[in-house]
Amino acid sequence: MPVQYYIFLSIALFCIGVMGVLMRRNAIIIFMCIELMLNAVNLLLVSFSKMWADAGRVDAGSAQLFVFFIMVVAAAEVAVGLAIITMVYRNTHSVDINILNRLKN
Amino acid sequence: MSIQQIIFMVLSVIALVSALGVVLSKNPVTSVLCLIVTFFTIAGHYIMLNAQFLAVVHIIVYAGAIMVLFLYVMMLMNLNAELEPQKRNWLKYAGAISGGALLVVLVAALRDASMPAIGTASTDIGLIKNLGQMLFKQYVVPFEVSSILFLSAMVGAVVIGKKD
Repeated sequence: MPVQYYIFLSIALFCIGVMGVLMRRNAIIIFMCIELMLNAVNLLLVSFSKMWADAGRVDAGSAQLFVFFIMVVAAAEVAVGLAIITMVYRNTHSVDINILNRLKN
Repeated sequence: MSIQQIIFMVLSVIALVSALGVVLSKNPVTSVLCLIVTFFTIAGHYIMLNAQFLAVVHIIVYAGAIMVLFLYVMMLMNLNAELEPQKRNWLKYAGAISGGALLVVLVAALRDASMPAIGTASTDIGLIKNLGQMLFKQYVVPFEVSSILFLSAMVGAVVIGKKD
């Protein structure tokens, strides 16, 4: 099976994530679209790992460890980000990101 | 068409449809449920790519922990479709068009790339034994740094979420 299939699937998932970040105004959904983009990149890394493992490289597992570290960083990011969103909601009773315009002043 | 390609097609179609559901659904809870479906299909892809350890970790961390956190925050805020902030229409079209333009550019750039094919033989590179040995031989420092990152994230979440 050509590795291009996985590349195109990852591109499609990543672009759906970008589209969601640009289209939606709900802060939580923007967060979820960022998760979608991270997962598209993870899928691409795992398919490259499989590709190089089939080509006989012994260090092909590095890509899977990078995916592991991306998951770790994503989990930490979600914890802090949801805390921030909760605080914004507590102060403004809205998760509309346009409210954050007032950070300007 | 081999059995692998059929499984790939089915998983990909489900993943793309549910990813579109995340973006397009009006109700935020529906978005979270669509995202869980997407994560499960990605875990299926991991199993097909011989990354068993990552598949299990993916289900535990994403579908288990992170999605529960999202649902919990969403239930806490009592969001529903009526309270959903509405964006102006032309901004939505602009977002969709720029995302589609990015898709076209990336596909055009990578269409003619020549790479080795993915074989059908299974490899044991994704088993936890090999990954653990690699993790603790070559990547010890990033592993320890990520533990510090987790600690600081926990402390940060508590400090931010504290009532002042």
